Amino acid sequence: MLAKRIIPCLDVKDGRVVKGINFLNLVDAGDPVEVASIYSGENADEIVFLDITASVEKRSTILNVVKKTAEQVFIPLTVGGGIRSIEDIRLLLKSGADKVSLNTAAVENKNLIEEASEQFGSQCIVVAIDAKRRHKGTEAQRKNLEWEVYIYGGRKPVGLDVIEWAEEVVRMGAGEILLTSMDADGTKDGYDIELTRAVSEAVNIPVIASGGAGTPEHLCLALTEGKADAVLAASIFHYDEYSIKETKKYLKERGIAVRI
Amino acid sequence: MHWRERLIAIVDYGLGNLRSVSKSVEKLDAKAEVTDNPKRIEKADGIILPGVGAFHIGMQNLKRLNLLPVLHEAISKGTPFLGICLGFQILFTQSEEHGICSGMNIIKGKVKRFTHELKIPHMGWNQVRQTIDHRPRTTDLFDGVSDNSYFYFVHSYYAEPEDRNVIIAETEYGHEFTSAINKDNVWGVQFHPEKSGDIGLKVLRNFLSLC
Repeated sequence: MLAKRIIPCLDVKDGRVVKGINFLNLVDAGDPVEVASIYSGENADEIVFLDITASVEKRSTILNVVKKTAEQVFIPLTVGGGIRSIEDIRLLLKSGADKVSLNTAAVENKNLIEEASEQFGSQCIVVAIDAKRRHKGTEAQRKNLEWEVYIYGGRKPVGLDVIEWAEEVVRMGAGEILLTSMDADGTKDGYDIELTRAVSEAVNIPVIASGGAGTPEHLCLALTEGKADAVLAASIFHYDEYSIKETKKYLKERGIAVRI
Repeated sequence: MHWRERLIAIVDYGLGNLRSVSKSVEKLDAKAEVTDNPKRIEKADGIILPGVGAFHIGMQNLKRLNLLPVLHEAISKGTPFLGICLGFQILFTQSEEHGICSGMNIIKGKVKRFTHELKIPHMGWNQVRQTIDHRPRTTDLFDGVSDNSYFYFVHSYYAEPEDRNVIIAETEYGHEFTSAINKDNVWGVQFHPEKSGDIGLKVLRNFLSLC
């Protein structure tokens, strides 16, 4: 049976992991290769590097990080953040990334998904969608649920409906959707289950739920009620609050197929 | 000569995750050479045909680089050969991806698209059931690998061999499909051993030890 995937995400800035990585037995908490390697040893199913390097000149550092990681970590690696062109994608894949995650550039340059999936195959083109609820309000009002797509790291709304955009990226050749709820992100109160389910039911490609994970139960809900194919989490793993191993054990006990 | 001394050619035909494959072979201390040079492939003690992407483009590239004759010859003279993902599918007679496209016809059979309601691509970790009951030779590739171990898959098409005797492992996604084959000196796996952690490296090591 196809296992549900548990994916830790690392924010990488200028070639170093940022945001509290707090493992025991870690020689250098800022080394992305070392952290990725530890996660792989704990049976993480994939690794995501989110490159938040500010300056364009330092972009090449992520390629070195990817190269070094690919020499030591033998599970799939996705890289997102600041990818603008076919050439950016080519360089990342050549360095050893298995997938790239497109966000702002996919919205601003609609040909990019199509060109990229044609050249490199849909399997390596992940489209990241940052979604924010348009209307909160009462249960009755929420019958017309709507989420809007944001770009530039959640700073700019683009007037696109999330479900419609998700369907469009599938038509253009995306192989997977990385769906982040901006409302839930950082809260540790759990994923936006309604959003996750709505997108997962609308498309026939895998959906990775992201934003809001605080406990293994949250991951469980996203995978069951949210119908997600995979869950992405950052802080709950980084701070050693829950290890990937014990999270997977928890999920397995609840009847979810996971790779132990 | 120990297998670590032998030359493993990783065929570069412009498609795929060559770096992942070469790094995993190097991790096992074997000598990997990524090449599209027919002379180097001819000399190799073992050949790996990796690949992700579209079947017809893979075949086009192999033809354009004039690699098909040397691959056929190496296989017929007994050089151990491992096809991975698209490199596994290309071993078959034909694929229905992008119309009907002919493959290498080393293994008789067809490559078909998943038509069930499940999500496509079949992406992620799935269990590989070894069909070893009547073919003990399959222990070659899966030596030391527990039955139903998880391996990493990414594909939208699956291969269906005419002769079920070549099947050494099956996996369930909507229905059972062939996830590994062996015929004489030719092995093929639909999953990515180079992306399947320690268990994947074990499969690669088993192949290398046959070279």
